[in-house]
Amino acid sequence: MTETPFLPLFILLTSLLASPVLFALPETAARLRTGINLGVAAVKVALVAWLGWKVGQGVIYDVSFTMLPGLDFKLQADPLAMLFISLSAILWLITTVYSVGYLERGPHRARFFGFFSLCVAATVGIAMAGNLFTFLIFYELLTLATYPLVIHRGSAEALRAGRIYLIYTLAGGLVLLLGTLGLWVLAGTTDFAPGGILDDVVAENRLAAQMLFVVLVGALGVKAALVPFHAWLPIAMVAPAPVSALLHAVAVVKAGAFGIMRVVYEVFGIETAQALGMTAPLAAMAAITILYGSLCAITQDDIKKRLAYSTVSQVSYITLGVALASPIAAVGAMAHLIHQGLMKITMFMAAGNLAEGLGVKKVSQMDGVGRDMPGTMLAFSAAALAMIGLPPLAGFVSKWYLAQGGLDAGYGWVIALLLGSSLLNAIYFLPMLHRAWFRDGGARDQTPARRRIGWMLAAPPIATALMVLAVGGFANAPFSPLEWTRFVVAIEYQE
Amino acid sequence: MMMIDPVILTLFLPLFGAIAAFVLPRAAAWVGLLAVLATGGAVAALVRDVLAAGEVVTQLGGWAPPLGIALRADGLSVAMLAMTAGVGLLVSIGALDSLRDLRERQYFWPLWLLLLTGMNGVYLGTDIFNLYVMIEVIALAAVGLTVLSGTKQAVRAGLEYMYASILGALLFLMGVGFVYLQTGRLDFAGLIAAEPSGAMSAALALMVVGLLLKTALFPLHFWLPAAHANATAPASALLSGLVVKAALYIFLRLTTYMPLPDEILVTLIGMLGAGAVLWGGVQALRAERLKLLVAWSTVVQIGLIFIAFARAGQVGLSESWKAAALLILAHGVAKSAMFLAAGRIKDEIGHDRIADLDKSDIRPTLAQFTFALAAISIIGLPPSLGFIGKWTLMEGAMAAGYWHWVAVTMIGTLMSVAYFSRVFAGFLRFDRMRGELAEHKGWALADAAPLTLAIAAISLGLMAAPILSFIELGYPFGAQ
Repeated sequence: MTETPFLPLFILLTSLLASPVLFALPETAARLRTGINLGVAAVKVALVAWLGWKVGQGVIYDVSFTMLPGLDFKLQADPLAMLFISLSAILWLITTVYSVGYLERGPHRARFFGFFSLCVAATVGIAMAGNLFTFLIFYELLTLATYPLVIHRGSAEALRAGRIYLIYTLAGGLVLLLGTLGLWVLAGTTDFAPGGILDDVVAENRLAAQMLFVVLVGALGVKAALVPFHAWLPIAMVAPAPVSALLHAVAVVKAGAFGIMRVVYEVFGIETAQALGMTAPLAAMAAITILYGSLCAITQDDIKKRLAYSTVSQVSYITLGVALASPIAAVGAMAHLIHQGLMKITMFMAAGNLAEGLGVKKVSQMDGVGRDMPGTMLAFSAAALAMIGLPPLAGFVSKWYLAQGGLDAGYGWVIALLLGSSLLNAIYFLPMLHRAWFRDGGARDQTPARRRIGWMLAAPPIATALMVLAVGGFANAPFSPLEWTRFVVAIEYQE
Repeated sequence: MMMIDPVILTLFLPLFGAIAAFVLPRAAAWVGLLAVLATGGAVAALVRDVLAAGEVVTQLGGWAPPLGIALRADGLSVAMLAMTAGVGLLVSIGALDSLRDLRERQYFWPLWLLLLTGMNGVYLGTDIFNLYVMIEVIALAAVGLTVLSGTKQAVRAGLEYMYASILGALLFLMGVGFVYLQTGRLDFAGLIAAEPSGAMSAALALMVVGLLLKTALFPLHFWLPAAHANATAPASALLSGLVVKAALYIFLRLTTYMPLPDEILVTLIGMLGAGAVLWGGVQALRAERLKLLVAWSTVVQIGLIFIAFARAGQVGLSESWKAAALLILAHGVAKSAMFLAAGRIKDEIGHDRIADLDKSDIRPTLAQFTFALAAISIIGLPPSLGFIGKWTLMEGAMAAGYWHWVAVTMIGTLMSVAYFSRVFAGFLRFDRMRGELAEHKGWALADAAPLTLAIAAISLGLMAAPILSFIELGYPFGAQ
C-alpha cells in the first residue's frame, strides 16, 4: 500500500529549510529565532507522529529521483526508519529548548542554530535513506554540520578536538564511499531491502563480499565509536553541553550504529552475514568495546569525559545485539537505540546544568549537588540507575532482551558480559550519586553560584528522565519503543 | 524569420564586446556586462538547438572542410560553453564591485571579453590550426589579466606565465605543422582518417606536451601557482576556473581522434596526474597565503582530471571522458567561487596570510561561508558536482580493477581535507582576539556572485543525471 510519497520529504525539509533561515537571521533577533526553532521542531514532531501512525498501518512511503544513471536519491519511511526519526524529532524539540536556555546571550547563535537544525536534518536523512548512496550523502552532511558545533567555543582546545573529530569522521566517510562504490560495482544496486541484496555476489565471490562487510562496518564503526576507532568521542566532549547531548544521543554515534543495522540487515541480510562468518567477529569487537569503554570511564574525573566513555560502551550494545544474529537480541538492540538516547541525553543535559549553575565539572566536585539542584540530580539519578540496568527502567529492558538473545544465539558469554558491564556501570555511576546525595558540599557553599538555572535548562532533563521511566515501565504498551521494535524485527527477519 | 546562427554569435558577440569595451573605456563595465549577457543568450540558444538536434555544424563562408572552417557544437562543447558563460557572468558581476582601480577596470573588460572569444573558439573549433590561433588569443588575454593588478609579484608571475604559454603554443604549432605535412589536412576528420605513423606520433607528442604545459600538469605546473595567486581576484577566478580548461579540453578531444599509441603512455599521464595530486597537496599544506593555497589546489584538481583520463583501460575507455568532463565542470564552478571568496576575504581583512586569519577583528562571515561551500565541492563531498565527478572516476577505476587510481584519489581527498581545514580553523577560532568581534561590513554585490557559484557547485550535483545525458548529445567522442 503506497500513498502520496511527499510526507517523508516534508519531514526532511522542515529542519533543512529552517537552517538557511536561521543562518540569515541577525544575531540580535533572538526571539524570532527561538520562535522559528521551536515552531519548526514542534511541526516536525507532529508530522513524525502522523507518519508513524501511517507506517504502523503498513503504508510504505517512497520518494526518489535519479542522480546518476541507475543511481537514485531515495527516501523511504519504513518502520526501522521511524524508530530513528521519532527519536531525532522528539529530542530535537527538547534540546532546542535546552540550547536556547544554554546559549542565552552567548556569541554566534545564528550560526549555532543554523548548523544545529542542519545536523538534525542530516539524521532524518540518514534514517530515511532508501539506499546506501543516499545514506552516504547524509552521513557526510552530518559530519560537516556537526564540526562547527563541536568547535563552537572557538578556543584552541576546541579546534584541536574539532580537527581530530574531522579527521576520524571524514576518513571514515571516505572508507564508506569506497564501500558504497564497491557495493555498486559488485551488486549493481545500493538499495536497502530486508533480507539483503547480496545473495548473488556471495555465491560468486565470497571473499569480495567479506571484504565489503569489513569495509562498510569498519567505516560505520568510526562514528559508532567501536574500539579502536573510538578516540574522537571523548575528545569531542569539549563541545557545548546541548551539542554533546545531541551527539551522544541521536546524531553522530547513533548514525553509525543505525548504519551498521542497515548494512547488516538490509544490505547483507542477517543470514548472509552469518554465513559469511562476519557476525561473530563483530560481536567480539562490540564486546571488547563494551568492556573497554566502561573500564576507561571509571578513571575519568571530568564528568563529561566519564559520560563520553560510557557512551562508547553503551552504543556498542546496539552493535552487539545486531551481531548476535538472534531476533530477540535484535529487539534489544533496537530498543537500546531509543533507550540509550533518552538516558544519555538526560545525563549530558544534567551535566551541563551542573557546570552552568554551580561550576561543577568534575566528579570530585559533586559533593552535595543533589541538595543544590534536586530536580536536575533526580533526573540524572534516574538515568544513571536505568543505565546500570535497574528493573524496570529503560536500560534493564534492553539488557534483558540482549541477554535472552545471547542465550537464543547460543552465546552464554553474553550473560557474563552484560553482568560485568552492569557492574562496571555501577562502579562509575554510583559514586557520583553517592557524592551528590550523601556527601556534604559545604566548601562550595561559599562560592556564589554562577547563575540561576532557568526553566529552559531545568525542564528538559526532567522531561527526558520521565521518558526513561515511561519507556521502561510501560514497555509493553502499544506504540512504546519496545513494541515498535518487535514490529521492525519481524520485518528484518522476514518472519 | 531571418536569424543569425547562435554558433556565430557565440564567437563574435564577445569579440565585438572586447573591441567596444576597449574603445569606450568609461563605459567598459557596462559594455562588458552586456556582451557577456548577450553571449550567454547565444549559448542558451545553442543549448536549445543541441537538445533538439544533437549537434550543430556551421560552415564559415559556406566552404566545407577541409577547405573551409567549420564550427561544431555538441553536448560536451555546449556544456563547456554554458559553464564558461555562467561562471563568466557571475565573475563579471563580482568584478563590477570589486575592481576599484580605474586602470584595472579599464583593461579588465576588453581582456576578459577577448578571453571569452578565445575560449568559445576552442570549444567550437574543429581544426587544429584554428585551435592554435584560439589558444594564442587566450594566452594573450590571460597574461594580460595576470599582470592586471600591477604588483611586482604579479608582473614577474605574468612574465613566467607568458614564457610557458609561448613555449606551449610553439610546441603545439610544430605538431600542427607535422600533421599538415603528413596529411595535408588540419580538420578533425583528417586526423581520424590519418594512418598511424612515426611522424604522426611525433606530431601528437609535440601537441600533447604543449597542451600539458598550458594546462599545468605536474611537473609542467611551475608557472601556475604564482600566476593565479597574485592576480586580482576576478582574474584569478577566470584563470583558474576557466582558462586551464581550454587546453585540457583540446587534450581530451585530440587524444580521442588520435589515440595515444601505447597504453603505457596513458598510464604515464595518469602518473603525472598522481604526482600533481601528491605534490600539489603537500605544497597546499605548506602554503602560507590563502590565494596560494587555492592555486595549489588547482594543480591538484588538474592532476585528478588526468587520473580520470588515465583510468580508461580496456574496460572503461568510452566512459573515462565523462568523469573528466564532470570534474572539469565542477572545478570550473567551484574554483571560481573560491577565488572570488578568497578575494573578498583579502579585501575585508586586508591580507590573506593563513596564520593570521584569526587575528582580525573583522570576520567576513559570508565570504568565509562561501569559501567553505566551494571547498565541499572541491574536496568532493556529497552531494556536490565535485562528488559526482569523483564518484564516476572511482567507479570506473574500480570496475576496471585499477586500484592504484582509487588509492591516489582517496589520498588526494584526505589531503584536501587537511589543507582546507587549516583555513577553516582560521575562520572559526576566536580566542586569539580580545573584545567584541566585528561582523562583515554588510552584504555587497561582490559577495553575491561567489555565493551563487558555490551554491551552484553543490546543487548541480543533484542534476548530475541530466548533465551527463546532455554532454553525450551529438556523440562528442564518436562512441555511437
